[in-house]
Amino acid sequence: MKRSITRLLMAPSVILLLAWMIIPLSMTIYFSTIQFSSYNPDQNGFVGWQNFEFFITDPAFIPAVSNTLILLLSVLFITVVFGVMLSALIDKPFFGQGIVRVLLISPFFIMPTVNALIWKNMMMNPVYGIFAWISQSLGLEPIDWLSSYPLMSIIIMVSWQWLPFAILVFVTALQSQDTEQKEAAQMDGATGWHIFRYLTIPHLARPIAVVVMIETIFLLAVFAEILVSTGGGPGYDSTNLTYLIYNQALLQFDVAAASAGGLLAVVLANIVAFFLIRAVGKNLTV
Amino acid sequence: MSYLAITDLQKHYDNYHALRGINLSIIEGEFVVFVGPSGCGKSTLLRTIAGLESSTGGSIELDGRDITELASSKRDLAMVFQSYALYPHMTVADNLSFALRLAKVSDAEIQEKVRSVSASLQLDALLDRKPKELSGGQRQRVAIGRAIVRQPKVFLFDEPLSNLDAALRVQMRLELARLHKKLGTTMIYVTHDQVEAMTLADRVVILNAGQIEQVGTPLELYRKPNSRFVAEFIGTPKMNLIPADKITHKEDELVFDMFGHTIHFPAKRIKGTQPDSVIVGIRPEHLTLVPEGGDLTGRIELVEHLGSEAYAHIQLQNDQTIIVKAGARLELKDGQEVHIHVDVNEIILFNDNDQVVSVIPEEA
Amino acid sequence: MTLNQQRKLKTFITGLFAWTIALVLFFPIFWMFVTSFKTELQAISIPPTLIFEPTLDNYSEVQERSDYIHHAFNSIVTAFGSTILALIIAVPAAFSMAFAPGKRTKDVLLWMLSTKMLPAVGVLVPIYILCRDYGLLDSKTALVIIFTLMNLPIVVWMLFSYFKDLPKEILEAARMDGATPWDEVVKVVLPLSMGAISSTALLSIVLCWNESFWSLTLTASDAAPLTAMIASYSSPEGLFWAKLSAASTLACAPIVVFGWFCQKQLVQGLTFGAVK
Repeated sequence: MKRSITRLLMAPSVILLLAWMIIPLSMTIYFSTIQFSSYNPDQNGFVGWQNFEFFITDPAFIPAVSNTLILLLSVLFITVVFGVMLSALIDKPFFGQGIVRVLLISPFFIMPTVNALIWKNMMMNPVYGIFAWISQSLGLEPIDWLSSYPLMSIIIMVSWQWLPFAILVFVTALQSQDTEQKEAAQMDGATGWHIFRYLTIPHLARPIAVVVMIETIFLLAVFAEILVSTGGGPGYDSTNLTYLIYNQALLQFDVAAASAGGLLAVVLANIVAFFLIRAVGKNLTV
Repeated sequence: MSYLAITDLQKHYDNYHALRGINLSIIEGEFVVFVGPSGCGKSTLLRTIAGLESSTGGSIELDGRDITELASSKRDLAMVFQSYALYPHMTVADNLSFALRLAKVSDAEIQEKVRSVSASLQLDALLDRKPKELSGGQRQRVAIGRAIVRQPKVFLFDEPLSNLDAALRVQMRLELARLHKKLGTTMIYVTHDQVEAMTLADRVVILNAGQIEQVGTPLELYRKPNSRFVAEFIGTPKMNLIPADKITHKEDELVFDMFGHTIHFPAKRIKGTQPDSVIVGIRPEHLTLVPEGGDLTGRIELVEHLGSEAYAHIQLQNDQTIIVKAGARLELKDGQEVHIHVDVNEIILFNDNDQVVSVIPEEA
Repeated sequence: MTLNQQRKLKTFITGLFAWTIALVLFFPIFWMFVTSFKTELQAISIPPTLIFEPTLDNYSEVQERSDYIHHAFNSIVTAFGSTILALIIAVPAAFSMAFAPGKRTKDVLLWMLSTKMLPAVGVLVPIYILCRDYGLLDSKTALVIIFTLMNLPIVVWMLFSYFKDLPKEILEAARMDGATPWDEVVKVVLPLSMGAISSTALLSIVLCWNESFWSLTLTASDAAPLTAMIASYSSPEGLFWAKLSAASTLACAPIVVFGWFCQKQLVQGLTFGAVK
């Protein structure tokens, strides 16, 4: 194929993504350096770093950043570890394997808002929820999950949603694992654990990289679960950056501060992306 | 009369010189086999002829027409790929007729051609199947059929038998030979298997490191190699190579020492000046085990019985091992000491640069 | 125990274990479904009611209160519209990257993925303002455009990693057979890639259907898809779990059933080039 045709075929994707990246981002940068109020358009003017200062000194900022990272790392850890174990578990045939697989991946198709509502009400409600009922049946004091452990509650919801995704990818990968290799290892006297540790895990290195990469993209942007269940609270205990900025922009109408915050989120995402792409990039077959 | 003429063909990749000036002329109807070790450029040469790779210098001419810069489909060539490259989503019939349909040939003509090709390749019963429902040999025949329907000027084969099992490979080799007899079309065939090259080819082209090492009929290459590379590449088991020392030059002969025995080599069979050191090349079938005397002695290390014959691996002094073809019924024991007679007429001498310095007796 | 019995026991234990975990993880969905057929009183009874007379009242009330059909239609239009659009844009790009890779192909691909790293919230304000200025707030057009751009990198990536693994010899055979580049794509590549394209489409549809940042921030009622409709049930104005469950079931059922049916397809497609 001629180089010019190649360029032509790629042009729509590249141009659209470039526009999608540059136009809003430059607007965000512009907004973040001016005084901006939807109510008083006359008062707009350059204010330099003031908005950033305002956003960073907001008492919610530090908790939001740390909550974002805790949420990201916990969910990644839970989904990758349990995803690998569960997909290895259901890799060998057993009765009802197909149904088990369907049941396991179903949560992936549940929308985040519904996810949050089910868990908030029917699972975690301190009076009428299933968890409360279980605690009571065991003679324990029911826990008010959303107020006592808000961030952990969010982590549970989000992990429940993304674990199936990890399982999906790992199950696919395991199907391509060489059975002769496993049999050779068995003849060499390897136990099930040895095979898992020295053959399966290395075989899953690339799929794991892919799962980490894709999940990170979505986990940095967790929003609906927080909006619907805890509303970021109590206090800022379950506020992440996304929610904080949403709060500033659309609830408090502070566009300038929200823009500054948005830029900080971009910076944070870039830091994460930098390490991630370096770590994962070489594992991708490009 | 040259039908396909390749002149000074070059192929450079970024920092790799794959073809270093190939000159070759092929006669119409000839079966030519490109052979050589992996990485020698044989596939690149074939793919450049096919137009799947572009050349970076030189020219290719087919039937009086320069095709160097022509698109693959316009070159009047058909190719059979190593992986068969059948279209998995099409039936056998559709696979066979794809090129004709692209060329907007009339339906009646397509049907007729597909029918006759499938009949000749015994594919009639399989026309409605998809490639994944076929066996390896059947897929291979479809791939060949797909090439035949187009009635090309030249058939190109890229290691077409390497994915088949041994028995099928022998059978398909025969079918290809018959096909060539029947069609009489020019065929170019790439393989790394020298047995295929020897059995199929009218002429064999041996490639090494992007250059043609030697061109000739299978027998020529076997008896009169130009270099150690060719001598070692052609023939199974390999030619034995034994370094000789203490060369004495006499008027009409060259006397050299091999592990305490002397070999007398007629001087008239030496090309050019007499060399100071040589490597002696001798094929296993030109060595004979004899009860006593002989030119060499050694100890049997291992015997490979093939039924009709046996190959004895014999350890000489100095840890050099040679292979001797022996009668099948000879009772040979491991560790047994044996005497070997060398047929001096069949010896080939190589100099330090691995070039052949001797000629065969009838040419001397 | 014989070796055979040992193996059977092992399979049994594996199965039991897998079933237990699967049922636990599926329980919230099951419970949502069951609750949707209860009365409000039964829904919050402790201990949980398991035997009851199912009622469909909740479903009719959901349709009355929030016009389910309207929101479902919005979801379908945005999910399918943006998926088709993304495929149309991505197929040529992925094709050219896979079959005519240049020195910078890898960089372009990683750059595309990195745009996906850009948190939506970073551009929330300008997108909101742009939509407001062009009258696109609460419009399906805006959602379709945004969803398309949002999923484009993943769609390109999935297609690319599939195209790349297509045997090159088949394309060469087609070229020898006289196929033009257009023929190659239409008659060979596309028919061979239907599996990959449909699983890519599948993932894109699921992601769009469940997208809940832009659909919650940019729509109010006219263009609100099901995600937004459900969010309106989160208001703490009393515990209407049965109705909430009915609404949730309605919102998720189409995509969950869709997902179940296409599960095999999805499993094969989700390799992202990670599997050789």
